[in-house]
Amino acid sequence: MKAGGLQLVAVMAAMLTLSACGERAQRLDGSAKSWDAPAWSVSAAANPAFTAPGWKAGDKTSWQEQMRRRNQAQNDYVR
Amino acid sequence: MARMKFICDAERCIECNGCVTACKAENDVPWGVNRRRVVTLNDGVAGEKSISVACMHCSDAPCMAVCPVNCFYRTDEGVVLHDKDICIGCGYCSYACPFGAPQFPSNGNFGLRGKMDKCTFCAGGPEVNGSEAENEKYGRNRLSEGKLPACAEMCSTKALLGGDGDVVADIFRTRVLNRGKGSEVWGWGTAYGKPVQSGAAEVKK
Repeated sequence: MKAGGLQLVAVMAAMLTLSACGERAQRLDGSAKSWDAPAWSVSAAANPAFTAPGWKAGDKTSWQEQMRRRNQAQNDYVR
Repeated sequence: MARMKFICDAERCIECNGCVTACKAENDVPWGVNRRRVVTLNDGVAGEKSISVACMHCSDAPCMAVCPVNCFYRTDEGVVLHDKDICIGCGYCSYACPFGAPQFPSNGNFGLRGKMDKCTFCAGGPEVNGSEAENEKYGRNRLSEGKLPACAEMCSTKALLGGDGDVVADIFRTRVLNRGKGSEVWGWGTAYGKPVQSGAAEVKK
């Protein structure tokens, strides 16, 4: 009985000691609010003349590919 | 999902202020407000270094943490934006920001502090993408046009890189390794690690 109690205390002490070792989630969710439309969404208010050619509005994959392409345009080693 | 970031290469920046001008022009930024500025260390001394600074769109943004009216939000791409309709212009964010990104326009004869203005990564604000209201309050929404921020895309020496953090880090890493100097700096491995092959092409020999 006494040994069981000691064991319980030891486990609780270990849990208390290790509680600071936990890692906080670092994902970017939670703080994103839903009041802004995604960048790739179709907007009736946008002037299509300003839209860069090479991607399709409303298509997330196409937008991401476009971003990747524009990113690589900043890379002198692939020109 | 991309996580948008800026990196400025101090070895390449020539302090031309082209990024500052591009930002001003693209977003119609008012007088007294500098969403982006070029900071020079050891100005006038041989070996001076310049770096272009704006909002870094922190992953755990202190401005967001201290805002008493919770006007900040983060987009799915990791861009930190704010709602000017909610902002009360208190200035807490400017004290919290380590980069001095939040700016406050002076209004009226007595220079009253207006609502906060900062770099939007050319992603506008909460208004409808590409709308006139968005343009008036926050400037151009280039991301929704399939473009990257004007400052980075027009940088003549490509010192300022902007876009998906992984891709930008890859470009910078390739550059530094080719340059043969920089990767020996303390913390390099932690900051840039190993290549992730996120679309970066092989280096031409």
